[in-house]
Amino acid sequence: MREVAPDLRGATPALLPLRARGLTLEIGGKRLVDGIDLDLGGDGITVVLGPNGAGKSLLLRMLHGLIQPTAGEIHWGGHPLTTDVRRRQALVFQKPVLLRRSVAANLDFVLRGRDGSARRRALLDHVGLGGHAAQPARQLSGGEQQRLALARALATEPQVLFLDEPTASLDPASVLKIEEIVRGAAAHGARIILVSHDLGQARRLADEVVFLANGRLVEHGPAARFFDNPASGAARDYLAGRLVV
Amino acid sequence: MQDMGEALQLALALVLSGDPDLLEIVGLSLQVSLTATAVALLLGLPIGALLAITRFRGRDAVLVVVNALMGLPPVVVGLLVYLHLSRAGPLGFLGLLYTPTAMVIAQTILITPIVTALSRQVLEDLHAEYDEQFRSLCLSRIETIRALLWDGRYALLTVALAGFGRAVAEVGAVIVVGGNIDHLTRVMTTAIALETAKGDLALALGLGLILMAIALGVNAMVQAVRLTATRAAHA
Repeated sequence: MREVAPDLRGATPALLPLRARGLTLEIGGKRLVDGIDLDLGGDGITVVLGPNGAGKSLLLRMLHGLIQPTAGEIHWGGHPLTTDVRRRQALVFQKPVLLRRSVAANLDFVLRGRDGSARRRALLDHVGLGGHAAQPARQLSGGEQQRLALARALATEPQVLFLDEPTASLDPASVLKIEEIVRGAAAHGARIILVSHDLGQARRLADEVVFLANGRLVEHGPAARFFDNPASGAARDYLAGRLVV
Repeated sequence: MQDMGEALQLALALVLSGDPDLLEIVGLSLQVSLTATAVALLLGLPIGALLAITRFRGRDAVLVVVNALMGLPPVVVGLLVYLHLSRAGPLGFLGLLYTPTAMVIAQTILITPIVTALSRQVLEDLHAEYDEQFRSLCLSRIETIRALLWDGRYALLTVALAGFGRAVAEVGAVIVVGGNIDHLTRVMTTAIALETAKGDLALALGLGLILMAIALGVNAMVQAVRLTATRAAHA
């Protein structure tokens, strides 16, 4: 495991803490993300929850620099969101984007010769794809494709790993396997920020929860407190399966 | 003038006998068109890829021009190349007029816009799919283009074959800049035009059959490549 996910605790310069202030995104005159202030510390798994259209995926993309906010600022470990900072982050999308190549070649694309085939083999074994190296990536099942996307993200040794609903529409076994990999990455020091609609998954994984509704940050705190004693009506409605207005 | 049946019989006999004149003409045709296709790919693919991944002011106008250039009239291209390569032209000192090189230049000018426009479309679709992932990986522009060209290789092979098909079937430009000189610049299409004008339909039909066979072969190859790529889930 150690060679798969190097221990990143204490990696310098550290990207954490994250400090975001007044993050706002307006598209076509509509405010999709509305003045979010967010501070994240150095360890653990943060799950971003909220109803559809709450701005979860947009927030993730802004924190990773894929979308430029209309207003506000983001600092990772005191640094602005430069390419150098972004190179030490990775994002796994809901629908894995795999190259039209073999499983092994998809990993080689990011390994770029680093540690060669031994590291590739270790990563594939780690995500349970050891026997699939020569197979075209797009012939894998949905769960296998997502695990390959996760292996590719881990291959970059990210200090921060973003996951945007990585287990949406996967079967329970695939979900558990991916959760195991995510937990392993967190244990080795990667800071995980995961968007999910799956409350069960959030309960299993989250150290803390960020709850969004209508583009605003409504709650942010320890997972146990959020699930047992949500502070806002919106969060109570969401947890009870009621429409959040 | 021979009747059609007789001409066809003679044409088949010519093709099957491996007539040296016929083989020379076919060989030069392939040499000129394959060279022009290779040069057009070297020029057109990077330009197409760059147009696919960049956004700049006036890009739409550039795309309109590139797309319009796909319909360049071969005779006009031939004339422009002729004017440049003729003794009085700016490149006359090179002495290229009525040589296979002049024909390659003319065909390259004709098919580069085809390669550019079609590859731009192919790579833009691919880029739309890969864009967020590539930006997440902080790939440079060169790395992005390289990855797109590699992953789009099967579709781009179709683009190459389309360019080659256009080049090998073209007559207007090569006859103007090549002059249709026997044993020097005579290719299939110019020979067909000449032999038809002379009323010798056997050689014209023989060359026509070979040209058709090449066209069929090219299409069969495209189909085979696409099927293989789809089967291997690379397309």
